[in-house]
Amino acid sequence: MTSDLFFQFLFAGITYGIMYGIVAIGFNIIYNTTGIINFAQGEFVMLGGMLSISLLTVLPLPLAIAGAVLITMLIGALIEIVFIRWLESPSVLRLIIITIGISILIRELALHIWGESVRSLPYFYGNEITSIELGGVRISPQVLWVLGVCSIVVAALSVFFKVTPLGREMRACSANRKAAILCGINTRNMVTFSFMLSAGIGALAGCVMSPITYTQYDSGTALAIKGFTVAILGGLGNSIGAVAAGLLLGCLEAFSVSVVPLAFQDAISIAILLVILFVKPHGIFGSSEAARLKEF
Amino acid sequence: MARKSLVLLSLLVLVIGVQLATSMTSTQYYLTQLTMSAYYAIVVIGLSVLMGYAGQISIGHAGFFAIGGYLSAALTTHNLIQFQESGVVKLLSSLGMIVTGQDLYGEELLVFVPWAACIVAIITAGVIAFVLGIPVLKLKGHYLAMATLGFGIIIYRIALASEYFGEADGISEVPGFTIFPALGDIGPVVVSGDFSGRVQNYYIAWCMLIIGLILLQNLINSRVGRALRSIHGSEEAAEAMGVNTARYKLYVFVLSAVYAAIAGVFLTHYNGGIGPSEASVMKSVRYVALVAVGGMANLWGVLIMGVSLTFLSLRGVFGSYDDAIFGVILIMIMLFAPEGILSIKLKGLFFRKNIRAKQEA
Amino acid sequence: MLELSSLQKNFGGLKAVDDVSFQVAKGTIKAVIGPNGAGKTTLFNCIAGNLAPTSGSIFFQNQEIKGKKPHQIAALGISRTFQNINLFHGMTALENVMVGRHIRSTSGFLAGMFSLPKSWKEEKKIQQRSVELLDILDLSKFAHVEATSLAFGQQRGVELARALATDPSLLLLDEPAAGLNIYETAEVARLITKIRDMGITVLLVEHDMSLVMDISDEIVVLSFGSKIAEDIPSAIQQNSEVIKIYLGEDEEAMA
Repeated sequence: MTSDLFFQFLFAGITYGIMYGIVAIGFNIIYNTTGIINFAQGEFVMLGGMLSISLLTVLPLPLAIAGAVLITMLIGALIEIVFIRWLESPSVLRLIIITIGISILIRELALHIWGESVRSLPYFYGNEITSIELGGVRISPQVLWVLGVCSIVVAALSVFFKVTPLGREMRACSANRKAAILCGINTRNMVTFSFMLSAGIGALAGCVMSPITYTQYDSGTALAIKGFTVAILGGLGNSIGAVAAGLLLGCLEAFSVSVVPLAFQDAISIAILLVILFVKPHGIFGSSEAARLKEF
Repeated sequence: MARKSLVLLSLLVLVIGVQLATSMTSTQYYLTQLTMSAYYAIVVIGLSVLMGYAGQISIGHAGFFAIGGYLSAALTTHNLIQFQESGVVKLLSSLGMIVTGQDLYGEELLVFVPWAACIVAIITAGVIAFVLGIPVLKLKGHYLAMATLGFGIIIYRIALASEYFGEADGISEVPGFTIFPALGDIGPVVVSGDFSGRVQNYYIAWCMLIIGLILLQNLINSRVGRALRSIHGSEEAAEAMGVNTARYKLYVFVLSAVYAAIAGVFLTHYNGGIGPSEASVMKSVRYVALVAVGGMANLWGVLIMGVSLTFLSLRGVFGSYDDAIFGVILIMIMLFAPEGILSIKLKGLFFRKNIRAKQEA
Repeated sequence: MLELSSLQKNFGGLKAVDDVSFQVAKGTIKAVIGPNGAGKTTLFNCIAGNLAPTSGSIFFQNQEIKGKKPHQIAALGISRTFQNINLFHGMTALENVMVGRHIRSTSGFLAGMFSLPKSWKEEKKIQQRSVELLDILDLSKFAHVEATSLAFGQQRGVELARALATDPSLLLLDEPAAGLNIYETAEVARLITKIRDMGITVLLVEHDMSLVMDISDEIVVLSFGSKIAEDIPSAIQQNSEVIKIYLGEDEEAMA
């Protein structure tokens, strides 16, 4: 492998990897406050991409993206309020099935609105063939956009959870729900907010990735399953772990292209993920003892 | 026992009645969808035992259906003529598992007999379920759901990417499946989409469904069934009572996979082909929806809802909102009637929980 | 019958069970007592196979059972109840007890599916035995009631019947009197002695001192994971160290 090709794979890996990391963070945010794994997480990413593409016809790019993120956040909140909020201690099985149902609804809705065609946002800067030379390697500026935006998101999130009152309340909620209620925190609103936040982050990722990965009504499922496994690998609930695990997976996938035919790539990468899930269900960074205490 | 037989008998009467009604009103075209619905219902009742009774979710059962269907289709259509001289093919043909024939253009064809293909397909599905089940069923809740979902996607991708399985077009021109050859005056029993065999196929499908149902019902009311339900009730306590929970979960997983594969094989021969959509995630979710709407741990409910909703869907009643309808059903049931739609009215009529029925016996 | 030697269970740095050794003689009632957090339930879970001990060994009828799975241990003749009643929801009281007969019967998947004579003959025996057990515990009138909807005391009874249905030679009872009033506790005490008289060895963990003192043949006292005393009840009552622990706990409770 030439070093040129190597760096190409590496950057592709990092780009996809950070995307998986973001989806995983979306899982984590909701999981932390509710213990729910939201199977519709991948659909938020798809919605972000699709909405921004549609809004682009009437708005300039930055506004279209902002609009798409806001609308997706609203949808996220709506989902929580309509489907989840009023259930009293539902079983895990029930919640899984409900969120799966939601993901189907969103997907079908998208199919009816946008059809089966594959769409994408234009490149934020330049086009497909524009490239920037970076230390002797030529990469697409969009990759930098992805890296930049996603890094900012991850950084902003950790600041949000550490510093702001709202972020602290959400953390309190995840650490001990009953105690949080006793302290006067409205845990229900926290749950709604966690859905909004994770929808918004998913949508933003969907926007910045769209020029590279394209968007289609059913692109959510595969993303969800990869994001989920990345979340597990990074240790469920651990954002930094999620990004690290995402990068690892992205690079693994990117380099596998040189060995595996493209059509089988998804099948094989999911198979690898399953193996990881079987062997290290508590994550590469987590301990098995701690994982046992969590409820699944 | 009396009640159980009575309910079964009324189902049998209903099945015959529907057939007679369609032939009298010359609406026999309904039989085609009813046949297909029966096959899909086989998948669903198998999944019901796994999900409802043993409490283990699977969002990958379309994968097992597809393994059955695709393998049977591929084995009975792919020409092995170029391997004619190989030892394996010779051995198989001496066992009667491979036959020669002619295709539409008169070329010589060397393919598996449907019987052999069927058995190979079902055993393969069972073995895959077994091997997959060992690690997968150690997982719980979200993990189990995701892992089975992942398995489903893998099968879908493989079907879509393999030339051997026809990529996006799937496999067509799958021959009929002769279950019994002609015997004297009695014609052969063939699973195929021929118009002439429509009534016969309707009965084949429903017989298989009813036999499948009886077997599962027996199972549920047996020692093993009780152990399965105890796993659902409390895995820890079941284990403390000496139930080998890991093994039982595995066996029931394999059993439900075999049910799905059988349905896949028969439906593929009936339709004369199979396409990748049969392996899609949406199909798996649909099976879960049907199990949920039927009440999870209620074989009759699952059968009734499985057949009726699938029938409506196949008739195209839901139009282009087909998948969306199943999504809505799934959500509504889980929100408002997690015990299934029939729990609202019919439960008292049809179902006294097992023990009581047994005491009457 | 049961022999623990230098049993140790660590959770991270915490020694939940620290170098505990004792024996349970056949046909006796042995109690494990100790303040909250002394490691009683952890000890139980190690014996029943729910937790893997860090080190040490557990012999049951001269057979090493450490590292075996709970269902294998159950098959050897150790049965248990749970501190927080753990019945099978969605099943009647009788069905719950019938699950207890699981390891003493053999019909498999195929026998069940094809309803072979072997299967239903066995099924009849299972049911007979289970009804008998419910009778012994005076619960037969609840046989067809969903077990988890019964009153607390009755649930404990069903759990006990279920444990007995496995034909155990050693019965582990995890706080059998927790949540019961004095009358019910007295009833439990009567039952436990009755079970011993049936020839079943009993090992129980208990908080209720009166119950333990009345019925136990021998008592082991745990504190912070270590065994601090092992003797007959009357001697335990005189043991200064034991008194210190329990009084100490009282002082804390008052503060």
